[in-house]
Amino acid sequence: MTTADYERNMVLATDTDYKVIGTRPVRHDGADKVTGRAIYGADFDAAGLLHGKILRSPHAHAKIVSIDTSKAEKLDGVKAVVTSKDFPEVGNQWLKDNILASDKALYVGQAIVGVAASNPHVAESALGLIDVEYEVLTPVLTTQEAMATNASILHDSLTTEELGKDTGVVSNVASHTQHVKGDISKGFAEADVVVEREYNTKTVHQGYIEPHNATALWSPDGRLHVWCSTQGSFVVRDSLAELLDMPVSMVRVTPTEIGGGFGGKIPIYLEPVAALLSRKTGAPVKIVMSRKETFEASGPTPGSQIKIKIGAKHDGTITAAYAWMAMEAGAYPGSPVGAAVQCVFSTYDVENSTIDGFDVVVNKPKTAAYRAPGAPNAAFGAEQAINELAEKLGMDPIELRLKNVATEGTRRPDGPVFGRIGAKEVLEAMRDHPHYQSAKAEGTGRGISIGFWFNIGFDSACNIAVNKDGSVNLTEGSTDIGGSRTSIAMHAAEVLGIPVEDVRPSVVDTDTIGFTAVTGGSRTTFATGWAAYEAAQDVKKQCIDRAAIIWDVDANNLQMEDGVISSQSDSELKMTFKELAEQLSDTGGGISGSASVNPSGVGGSFAGNIADVSVDPDTGKTTVERFTCVQDVGKAIHPSYVEGQMQGGSVQGIGWALNEEYFMNDEGTMTNSSLLDYRMPTSLDLPMIDTVIVEVANPGHPFGVRGVGEANIVPPTPALANAIYDATGKRMTSLPMSPGAIQSADAE
Amino acid sequence: MPGKTYVQTTINGEHVDFLCEPRQSLLECLRDEIGLTGTKEGCNDGNCGACTVNIDGRIVTSCLVLGVEAEGANIETIEGVADGSNLHPLQLAFLENAALQCGICTPGFIISSKALLEQNPNPTEHEIRFWLANNLCRCTGYDKIVRAVQDAAKRLQEA
Amino acid sequence: MALVFIPSLMQKLSNGEQRVSVEGNNVRQVIDNLDEIFPGFKERLVEDGRVKPNIAVAIDGEITPLGMIEKVSTDSEVHFLPAISGGV
Repeated sequence: MTTADYERNMVLATDTDYKVIGTRPVRHDGADKVTGRAIYGADFDAAGLLHGKILRSPHAHAKIVSIDTSKAEKLDGVKAVVTSKDFPEVGNQWLKDNILASDKALYVGQAIVGVAASNPHVAESALGLIDVEYEVLTPVLTTQEAMATNASILHDSLTTEELGKDTGVVSNVASHTQHVKGDISKGFAEADVVVEREYNTKTVHQGYIEPHNATALWSPDGRLHVWCSTQGSFVVRDSLAELLDMPVSMVRVTPTEIGGGFGGKIPIYLEPVAALLSRKTGAPVKIVMSRKETFEASGPTPGSQIKIKIGAKHDGTITAAYAWMAMEAGAYPGSPVGAAVQCVFSTYDVENSTIDGFDVVVNKPKTAAYRAPGAPNAAFGAEQAINELAEKLGMDPIELRLKNVATEGTRRPDGPVFGRIGAKEVLEAMRDHPHYQSAKAEGTGRGISIGFWFNIGFDSACNIAVNKDGSVNLTEGSTDIGGSRTSIAMHAAEVLGIPVEDVRPSVVDTDTIGFTAVTGGSRTTFATGWAAYEAAQDVKKQCIDRAAIIWDVDANNLQMEDGVISSQSDSELKMTFKELAEQLSDTGGGISGSASVNPSGVGGSFAGNIADVSVDPDTGKTTVERFTCVQDVGKAIHPSYVEGQMQGGSVQGIGWALNEEYFMNDEGTMTNSSLLDYRMPTSLDLPMIDTVIVEVANPGHPFGVRGVGEANIVPPTPALANAIYDATGKRMTSLPMSPGAIQSADAE
Repeated sequence: MPGKTYVQTTINGEHVDFLCEPRQSLLECLRDEIGLTGTKEGCNDGNCGACTVNIDGRIVTSCLVLGVEAEGANIETIEGVADGSNLHPLQLAFLENAALQCGICTPGFIISSKALLEQNPNPTEHEIRFWLANNLCRCTGYDKIVRAVQDAAKRLQEA
Repeated sequence: MALVFIPSLMQKLSNGEQRVSVEGNNVRQVIDNLDEIFPGFKERLVEDGRVKPNIAVAIDGEITPLGMIEKVSTDSEVHFLPAISGGV
């Protein structure tokens, strides 16, 4: 079978009894985004706007001896200068230092001084007039260096934490995490075959096309208003309130349209600097990062060192699994290793496992979340080990996975028991897919893998107000990065039985909606969609009550289905939602519904890949010839947008696998901080990305939704490593698997 | 501070004059002096394609053109692609094929794709991928963008 | 009684016990009662009357957003896990 003979974007739907859910409407913000009208953070303008720039550290590890800004302040057009001394003396010191360093610079690009001027060029010129005296220290650039006994220490006050216990040991290891299930000594003793290897991955960036930006206006009434591209306006509000020592009610954050985030636009960087500059000048101040600043001072996701050991019986039963993972936190604690330890073996039902994780500070930018943070690093090791095991056992790699796959009731390596999950269904869909069933093209190698992400719930709020023409205004607080306005509106439309075009969704500011957590953790369609579902139920109930008043009947006898209110006992009594909407004003006033939720029942997601590659024997360059992504999404609210998540996550994974890395020189300077040299995939590097949406309904959501944004970035790196091995006989244990790395690797 | 230069251009069919400093890029002029913020900055060094505009029939990254170089030029930006309130077939195809997620790269992709279809009304998948290789998208993996351009080519041929 | 799974890094406090049955209708009571049996758990898990920010509590497989006030039933499983830092 060739690729032309099958449907390239399949939906294996469980439940099609919906009117709106599962359809593919055009997004509500679409026209603005294809005509250039949508206002992103850097597009924001205000009367009297000043422009800010930031002086950054040229050293990866240095004491800041002195800062002299006097010459800069005298430059014509410069309006204000701020340093860490302008922060109040409260708030988390590490968070403040990551925004404007106080005593030490811990990575190249760390912000030291902020300048506001009449235009960006003047501000830039002013930076050259600032004198900072540094005492340069030895940089620590990898987990291996940082964990060595004689390592240079980043933070004299940092001691290793072990699940609530301060060990008191001063170290670059911020924390040690461990999960133990059963007894791995016993498990490995029972194994007939054991595989064991070490894997390494490099620092990579989220790579959103829009650099960070923020505009702040500190008003004379003491209120601070910030406009920025952020994944979480409330996180920005709360962080600003903490760092600037003011009540949250004095801070208003308006999320603008956002040009990608992938986790990297959760932290704050520029907002407090713009705010402090605005307080000094009384004018709005805008700061926009350059691409170089975005690479050097935001994100990235960590480089890591991972050791995996897995044992199995001849029949394929995995008896023991061990993982040791150290991840770079960057300059301050907080790598995603805690997530990695939860994900590394969660696809499998293993009786005996031990997983150790270490959060390690190094002289690189503080890491931020990146799509399923930590899980791709872990899977790069674990999913290659599983394939190696399959080869040693003479088993098909999908069959080996199916033999050990976790299902409902499986106890995870970190302790809790899985609810209804779709790992088995994903593997079966991969096995049965025309791609896997087809013969490989000559000269190509094929690899597979599967990955897990647990997803999160958290707070979301939604308000819905009925208009007299039968449309509704829906307001919510989740930054829309990929069409979530529409998928959330579809929840409301389904409940109310109205077309989704009759729902007007708006993402509003922190003064205008209840607390809503970040757009991240694959939570937005799940949790904010849930809030919309509840708010729509509220509206629906009020509509029924109003109809009962109008008809003078008992509301218990009325129902509202497909946008029509009717009586169960009197077939004459019928009214559409539109007809009711017209009468609201005369029958008691308008109707609006609202809901705030913090749902449990999240339901994790599994994604699997089948990848065919060819590797040029002369150059080592890998070409992805064919790529299929299969994911359990629970229920696809908007299948095109779900496919888009699967394809986008796959391609970010392909870039991570084959090209992307921070090249750091010995001094800790990134030497490829441009989009020419940090090589993200282009359209020419890729084939079409085929998708299979598998729907194993999540019993924890009214429509069965599972978050879909993240799991899809987990399997590409090992799937491609397994494919490269199949093509070349070379087991690639380090990322990226660049042409040079493949050329210099030895065949097994 | 350097003096400003008077520049006369045609932008989206309208005569537009502006003042700019010699060091300002055309991208800066479009966004900060003229108020056309639909053209985006992603890298300011010609590598991401978010600032792509069409100058005298050629697509260029406007961050690599100086404002003063635009003297006498005929410039098309994303704001000029739709015909009044009627979206261009490419814009419709991008929406109906879900070819954008965050949308920051979309103006550049539409300007680039429009130039492609004007030169080659029926491009192959490979020709589309080759032409668009200077426009980076981090959200979509390009699949739906390529399909949108194929769809737009069909719509334009049927029109 | 609820079944509390003692994390490996805390088993020194429980003299090596991996699973302990504990009375309690909510997380607060379970931690209090666990601390009665094996002193030291409360200090390890609780700060200012709340579950420490770097620790998450899972009841029957679900990380609870409610912390100390989350209900626990007699057949519940209680897990103490590292809270996910680094953002998700």
